[in-house]
Amino acid sequence: MSVFYEKSFWNLQNKMKDIVILGAGTAGTIMANRLRKSVDRRSWNIKIIDQNPVHYYQPGFLFMPFGIYSDRDVEKPKRRFIPRDVEYIESSVDRVNAEKSRVMLSNGVEVSYDILIIATGVRTVPDQVEGMMGTDWRNRIFDFYTVDGAAALQEKLKDWRGGRLVMHVSEMPIKCPVAPLEFVFLADSWLSERGLREKTELVYVTPLSGAFTKPIAAGVLGHLLEEKRIKVVNDFNIGNVDNERHRIVSWDDKVVDYDLLVTVPTNMGDAAIERSGLGDEFNFVPTDRHTLQSKQHENIFVIGDATDLPTSKAGSVAHFESEVLGENILSYIKNAPLREEFDGHANCFIESGHGKGFLLDFNYTLEPVPGSFPIPGIGPFGLLKETRINHFGKMAFKWIYWNMLLKGLPLPGITQRMSYAGKKIPVGLAVPESA
Amino acid sequence: MAEKQIAGKTIEVTDDGFMVKHEQWDREVAAAIAAEEGIELTDDHWKVLEFIDKDFKEKGAVPGIRRMNKVGGISTKELYTLFPDGPVKKAAKIAGYPKPASCV
Ligand SMILES: Cc1cc2nc3c(=O)[nH]c(=O)nc-3n(C[C@H](O)[C@H](O)[C@H](O)COP(=O)(O)OP(=O)(O)OC[C@H]3O[C@@H](n4cnc5c(N)ncnc54)[C@H](O)[C@@H]3O)c2cc1C
Repeated sequence: MSVFYEKSFWNLQNKMKDIVILGAGTAGTIMANRLRKSVDRRSWNIKIIDQNPVHYYQPGFLFMPFGIYSDRDVEKPKRRFIPRDVEYIESSVDRVNAEKSRVMLSNGVEVSYDILIIATGVRTVPDQVEGMMGTDWRNRIFDFYTVDGAAALQEKLKDWRGGRLVMHVSEMPIKCPVAPLEFVFLADSWLSERGLREKTELVYVTPLSGAFTKPIAAGVLGHLLEEKRIKVVNDFNIGNVDNERHRIVSWDDKVVDYDLLVTVPTNMGDAAIERSGLGDEFNFVPTDRHTLQSKQHENIFVIGDATDLPTSKAGSVAHFESEVLGENILSYIKNAPLREEFDGHANCFIESGHGKGFLLDFNYTLEPVPGSFPIPGIGPFGLLKETRINHFGKMAFKWIYWNMLLKGLPLPGITQRMSYAGKKIPVGLAVPESA
Repeated sequence: MAEKQIAGKTIEVTDDGFMVKHEQWDREVAAAIAAEEGIELTDDHWKVLEFIDKDFKEKGAVPGIRRMNKVGGISTKELYTLFPDGPVKKAAKIAGYPKPASCV
């Protein structure tokens, strides 16, 4: 008898399968919450692995340099957002052995999986630019894409008395590509309030052909920089930093002098992706842009900033992707075909300073256009329009992020697929994939 | 959006001269756009253009400098020699693809 019981118990144990999520940031946390509700708990374990116990609300980093947020606004313990019946493993991932469906942790432990979800995001890699980490780093050169960078910049700005403040983007793509623009807009506003604007020259340096590159947005927003007296240096591909003379130098020998350089360093996927042989030249994982399945391995899925998809790397995108990926994991489990549902939908507020903001809503095929959102003709938000309500939307996003988005709850009125209703689309602009 | 006569064909272009419909592109069109940019296409230029073409079809985006270096095997210096001032932008234009852009 006892042998029989032991055997059946063993069988039962053996039948349990594993979904392993790498990364408990925005995307990984949403997936843990979604899947624990939808996937059968009698046959599936869910495990999530992250190296850092703190969850950062990264959109809040933008406000830290100006003292609008402190680190208390942007940090909470990760575990608080992971369902109790999901196993949380605090460790750094060394690599994935995709052939054997196993994850190797840095402490030597191996975790096997039936389904792997990669949500390791991207990080800044300043040393990709020669001289970036020289004597000026954290003296005259700062970033706000990391929590310690944003905090250090806040200290630096407290002593700012004027000079040449340069906002610089090293290389595209970066996560939240509008954040550097928001930074100069907020800086303009912050400096004016302190009577320092006249003493400060604001410069925006980008490797792209302009601060705004999409025709419609450029038409609507192009005047903003001139109006705010922000000088734009475009087509600037940084070659190195001259720490002695405090200047950045491009590949074709253009120079931009700075007293204070706020840079967005190169953004890359985690080194574990590279070690696993799963990444491209940025360590982004090649991913099917509609199903979110990895292009290399059937049982690997990718979500959030870790993908190589041609849409923005943003929390809102991770949220929209999670609906599609949640469905597709269920389909994969049932051996049913995956749905090609993800349309690249992104939704981003742009702070424009002085208590106002813009809102963008776009996807793979439709660039940001004017209109109202989410209710056509009503709003309350205005697309590609500068309004106070948009600014409040951005500030409310913090509450929504901690209380709704991370839990995988739907956001009121906002659909996973981008809606064409309420948008003023110029004739002949785009061929919507499914309007 | 405008129409333009390039190499004897009517081509749809954006205000800054980037092609809108890649179907309208061919090697003569490329040569004509290049000439407007003051570039005479050589085999070395074509190596870059062909890489952009292949990569765009695969990835849905014009490759950046890092990708041209690492995957295309084309050095940054070479890119600047072949397509001076903003090589990726220029090469994309000649290859009949959109200008490298951000989300706005
Ligand atoms: C300044 C700034 C402003 C932004 N503003 C906005 C905004 O207004 N709106 C918006 O929607 N988005 C915004 N974003 C972008 C948004 O924060 C990200 O797109 C989003 O957090 C991506 O989620 P993710 O899960 O893919 O990556 P992350 O949230 O970065 O999570 C990745 C996780 O993986 C873990 N990890 C990585 N490698 C390993 C490893 N080897 N072992 C173990 N764990 C690992 C990390 O510790 C991390 O917890 C902003 C970002 C920044 C930096």
